[in-house]
Amino acid sequence: MIAMVAFGGSLWDVVTAEATYGSTMRFATLLAFAAIGEWIAERAGTINISIEGMILTGAFTSALGSSTTGNVFVALLFGLAGGLIVGFVQGVMSHRLGTNQFVVGLTLNVLAVGLTAFLDAQIEPTVTSTGTLRIPGLADIPLIGEALFDATWIQYLLYPLIPLAWFVMYRTRWGLELRCAGENPQAGDVSGIDINKRRRQAVYVCGLCSGLAGAYLTLGQTGSFTANGVSGRGFIALAAVIFGGWTLKGTIAGALVFGFFSALGSVFQALGFQANAQLLVALPFIMALATMLIFASRSRQPAALARPFVRGLT
Amino acid sequence: MTATTSSGAAPAVVPPEGSPPSAAAPTPRRTSRWRRAVPIAITYIVSVAVALALCALLVSITGGSASEVFSALIDGSLRSPGAWGLTVNTAAPLLCVAIGTIWAGKAGLSNIGQEGQVLLGAAGTAYLATRLEGPGFFVIVVSLAGGVVVGGLWALLAAVMKYTRNVPEVISTLLLYFIAIQMTDYALTKRWLLASLSTDSRVNNGQPIKSDARLPTFEIFGNSISVGAVIAVVLTALIAFALARTTTGFRLRMLGLNPRTARRAGVSAALVGGTALAVSGATAGLAGAIWLTGGVPGDRFTSNMSSNIGWQGLLVALLARQRALLAIPMAFVFAVLRTGSQFLSATGVDRRIADVVQAMLVLALLVPPAIQEIQRRRAKGEVVA
Repeated sequence: MIAMVAFGGSLWDVVTAEATYGSTMRFATLLAFAAIGEWIAERAGTINISIEGMILTGAFTSALGSSTTGNVFVALLFGLAGGLIVGFVQGVMSHRLGTNQFVVGLTLNVLAVGLTAFLDAQIEPTVTSTGTLRIPGLADIPLIGEALFDATWIQYLLYPLIPLAWFVMYRTRWGLELRCAGENPQAGDVSGIDINKRRRQAVYVCGLCSGLAGAYLTLGQTGSFTANGVSGRGFIALAAVIFGGWTLKGTIAGALVFGFFSALGSVFQALGFQANAQLLVALPFIMALATMLIFASRSRQPAALARPFVRGLT
Repeated sequence: MTATTSSGAAPAVVPPEGSPPSAAAPTPRRTSRWRRAVPIAITYIVSVAVALALCALLVSITGGSASEVFSALIDGSLRSPGAWGLTVNTAAPLLCVAIGTIWAGKAGLSNIGQEGQVLLGAAGTAYLATRLEGPGFFVIVVSLAGGVVVGGLWALLAAVMKYTRNVPEVISTLLLYFIAIQMTDYALTKRWLLASLSTDSRVNNGQPIKSDARLPTFEIFGNSISVGAVIAVVLTALIAFALARTTTGFRLRMLGLNPRTARRAGVSAALVGGTALAVSGATAGLAGAIWLTGGVPGDRFTSNMSSNIGWQGLLVALLARQRALLAIPMAFVFAVLRTGSQFLSATGVDRRIADVVQAMLVLALLVPPAIQEIQRRRAKGEVVA
């Protein structure tokens, strides 16, 4: 914000530069993949803070897959599997064994940071990145064309994933049951839904989406695995869900907004502006906090969010 | 009754125990408690063994030797001369972080941004310790207090956001951590804040802290132990006492166990909970101060110098499962792993295996209580999903 005021006159430059949209999409894609998963988990009643660990594990396992097989598709599957493994532990521990979901999530984050850093140092995987795939025609749209349609093909997976997530959550029985698990688990329970099973499944889906985000980071963006390279973006995805008021539209908007603030550093560099380096790094986190101050109390969260379900207790 | 063996018998024993009238209760109840303790102990032993075995497997798969790693860990933290001192000085900040986390946890609050509070606490201490003039004792007390205040204020920010704007503290404390890193990094670029006055180093380093502003140490059997360890243990005892025996502690526990009852009893969630968050931040700040002036290798504030003290202290609190005094041995175990890991380079295994062991231990110790709870509910005839 402060940076924006300081360079008020240059705002137009930022808005009209293709670089802005390009870097925003690079950050926003990762956030959006993870945020869709987090949105599903939260609609089913879990604040899944192990999302950071899921992305990190996905990023590492996809690097591992790329290193061992050299095939990008297999590497992507490895990434999905990595996220799913973390999701499995989180789901089983918090919704089968009934352990506090924050405690499990936090421990998994610490474990993921340590384990991936350790394995990375021991194995040193080499990654073959995907390169870009330009979609002719669409990529020629001014301003946003290159950002949306001249990127790694993993980014294109996001476009069908958004309507798919909407369809599954709002137009299938399974999605209805998931939302019920987040809104009114007691009612769902008496109507025969296995609440904790649905919550576990939602966390698994979150693991898959976050694994995809991790694979995107490694294969599509950096082309290598960096220890602790997710650096808090999982938590920003979490904030995007709150920003979006627990709606899919809002969550995606949140991913774009926070993506923009994350990209601001590289945009300023590309346009030749000077700005405080630390402020630019901290900006997405500051914005996430600031938007939560506005939206967290305004929008209605899933009624049973972060409340463990135990039959017979209210 | 006597025919039932201990393994897996715990759930089966309970219903016949509950049904007979209370006249015959005392003696059989005592034996059954012992009988129940055995499978509980077994689940703990098995889950810790599984966690350690997994770590050993991990080391062997990646080409190391698990036994070498183990002996290097013990050599570095306990066996080599003076190692106890290092370990105890590392355990002190971990304990400070853990005890504050337990305090907030009792109120039902999950402060998980201690890493940032530790960092800022250390920064506050560094600022005061490098600037204040005067006798050593005065400088030490004031700079430690500065660290406590800065850490507490940082957590208070999360408390204000929680109670005025409904922002979950789980997320806000985490996000504040990432902001804290950038704030201290910024401070390290400015001379009027924390940056070193010498112009020769390109790396951003803090100003050196004078030796009389560092915590005094004392010698026990050739181990130099910082006063910080004493501070941490006394603090732990105080908080354990406050939780168990004072009105404040009672209010805190009531708020954590049942917020609705607490409100009816006149406990203000914002006041008691907000203070609890600030206290947990303050002890994390103290941890940073102790780490800077009595534990850290080196004599100055550097970028990201909290180096996981906050995260590990948090894990200690989770391991202690809300029991304040249990945090002392747990902090020591973690300190053993941490200081021992510095000695791993000779074995060719990356030192971050220690982080893996720590997290695996926590995960392993989360399982047995959960299994007990499920068995207890099954025994009562509830259908457990």
